[in-house]
Amino acid sequence: MSTDTATPPRAEWPLWEIFIRSQHGLAHKHVGSLHAADAAMAVKNARDVYTRRNEGVSIWVVRAADIHASAPGDKAALFDPANDKVYRHPTFFPMPDEVKHL
Amino acid sequence: MSAVAAIEVPSRAATHAGDASLDEALLALALRQADSPLVLAQRLCEWIGKAPILEEDIAQANVGLDLVGQARLWYAYAGEIEVRMGRVARGEDDFAFRRDASAFRNVLLVEQPNGDFAHTIVRQFLFDAAQHLALDALARSRDARVAAIAAKAAKEVDYHVERSADWVVRLGDGTAESHERMQRALDALWPYTGELFDADATDLALAEAGFGVDPRTLAAQWRETVDAVLADATLARPADGYVQRGGRDGRHSEHLGHLLCELQFLQRAYPDARW
Amino acid sequence: MYAQMVDTGLAKVEDLDALPPAERAFPARIDADVKIEPQDDMPEAYRRTLVRQIQQHAHSEIVGMLPEGNWVTRAPSLKRKAILMAKIQDEAGHGLYLYSAAETLGVSRDAMTGDLLAGKVKYSSIFNYPTLTWADIGAIGWLVDGAAIMNQIPLCRCSYGPYARAMIRICKEESFHQRQGFDIMMAMCAGTPAQKAMAQDALDRWWWPSVMMFGPSDAQSVHSAQSARWKIKLLSNDELRQRFVDQTVPQAEYLGLRIPDADLAWNPERGHYDFGAIDWDEFYAVIKGHGPCNRERIEVRRKAWDDGAWVREAALAHAAKRAARTDDAAEAA
Repeated sequence: MSTDTATPPRAEWPLWEIFIRSQHGLAHKHVGSLHAADAAMAVKNARDVYTRRNEGVSIWVVRAADIHASAPGDKAALFDPANDKVYRHPTFFPMPDEVKHL
Repeated sequence: MSAVAAIEVPSRAATHAGDASLDEALLALALRQADSPLVLAQRLCEWIGKAPILEEDIAQANVGLDLVGQARLWYAYAGEIEVRMGRVARGEDDFAFRRDASAFRNVLLVEQPNGDFAHTIVRQFLFDAAQHLALDALARSRDARVAAIAAKAAKEVDYHVERSADWVVRLGDGTAESHERMQRALDALWPYTGELFDADATDLALAEAGFGVDPRTLAAQWRETVDAVLADATLARPADGYVQRGGRDGRHSEHLGHLLCELQFLQRAYPDARW
Repeated sequence: MYAQMVDTGLAKVEDLDALPPAERAFPARIDADVKIEPQDDMPEAYRRTLVRQIQQHAHSEIVGMLPEGNWVTRAPSLKRKAILMAKIQDEAGHGLYLYSAAETLGVSRDAMTGDLLAGKVKYSSIFNYPTLTWADIGAIGWLVDGAAIMNQIPLCRCSYGPYARAMIRICKEESFHQRQGFDIMMAMCAGTPAQKAMAQDALDRWWWPSVMMFGPSDAQSVHSAQSARWKIKLLSNDELRQRFVDQTVPQAEYLGLRIPDADLAWNPERGHYDFGAIDWDEFYAVIKGHGPCNRERIEVRRKAWDDGAWVREAALAHAAKRAARTDDAAEAA
């Protein structure tokens, strides 16, 4: 019951990243983050924080600490090699106008 | 039908061709259903900007907004019933802002002060758990309007009870301090729970007609829910003792008068103004 | 604005050509309008300035809940009550989004809260004024939110990705805030003489603080110039202030209210309204803590934070117990 300000700083609730799937059948999308004591509370908080305007029909929560990201320094090695693989795009293959449904 | 006698009845006699006493009972039902959520919402408004953590401020506002919305729907219906009975039409704000404490039909539990977060959460849970059952039952009312309003509110309260039960467990089974605070809140509020399951002539008449529910029939299930949650929360259910009652008949604790002073200030100070 | 006079910690604006080649990549990315993301390399001064700015912005949302919260229990109708509850709730949400954006820069929300309560970080001076009548709730929505939106829309394009994304979400949600304020003012101006007088009184008291909200002229400010260089400040304080005045004067006329500035006049040459001198002494006094409500606002936040400590602590303790039980169950199985 002590509200003694001299007490050491207490631990903070962990940070969660929130992903919401909207009504239109799209994939879950990152919408932001929030704090919660555990996953169950994170889902409830996400419902209250991020779906106030009918934004979603499904919620995923992931502890921010559990997200592994690609390193910005590797950007060139990771992503540049895809630049010259233009044949992966349909526009690489010109089709005669009279041929339909391709 | 003591519950209705205290309502100011305009002089015009009832002209409704149907069963006037049933309308009278339905009106009492609507006001009881409206006043409790309104008073509880007003209590939750007092928390705005002051919750233990930002996420909770947002979550609690959602509950409060649901409750205000429910009160508005019931008031609208109460107004319709009065018109049907040939009385002067009253709108939602007339009911909320222009009645004195003795005309309010909310249960005593919801007018109890916020206290600490433990009191607020325990009050919410005890009420939600009962309200959830009452609304489920009312959603099967033979009165279409009662059924529709209750069905909508039931969906909201399903979530409220899930949330408040979760908090009761977390705080009951949290730290020694939180456990102690929760037990104290539970002990303090327990005497107000008996009223949730009181039945008077109005309730019985409505239940008989298939329009309402006999609150006594909900008590066992409520107790089951509460016992399960309290067990998870490692909290002890207080012994049943003297029951504080009277809210549903307009006999309130001192707290309601102060709450209404604040709620009704502008409408009372500027009776001719529209906002 | 919601973040006022943010210090960049720099004595002069960085000159691209004077920078050693290794440090030129960052300004070049800014110039190319490439968004900066949390993991990217960034100069320490940029990071620190952003933390200050976003934090001030977040604190403003949170403290900004209080003057409106002052009337939520006294809202004059159930409809107005619900709207105000939803609006204040949005502000809590906006504070949350902004804290989250600052957290991506490696500072915890608890640490930021500590800074606010210790008076180390400011929030917008506007929230140190009292809400004395219901019309003040209208005036805040109309004027204060109106000014905020003006500042926030350009910030949707700012260089820091998480901040820009938070602003986009905030601007989308906030679009109803200003309208609900004006709607309150319209109802009061069309109401009884007492209501109209309340509306005029609210404008009288909120006008100058709103005009000051944009902060002192930053034409000469190194910090503002550097922030502009970093694209975390997109328009100057004076530009924003002029836009605000130009936009608001006709709205006041529509309401039939008089703006409390004898020097206010349309200047056809400039194509803008001229307005009177701002009392910057008052502004600095409020910033320094001498506004009518500085002490109360922080006291309320401190009490909420302290009173909530046992709740936050208990929730963590319970989560740990739950996790341990799950682990035990998994082991047993």
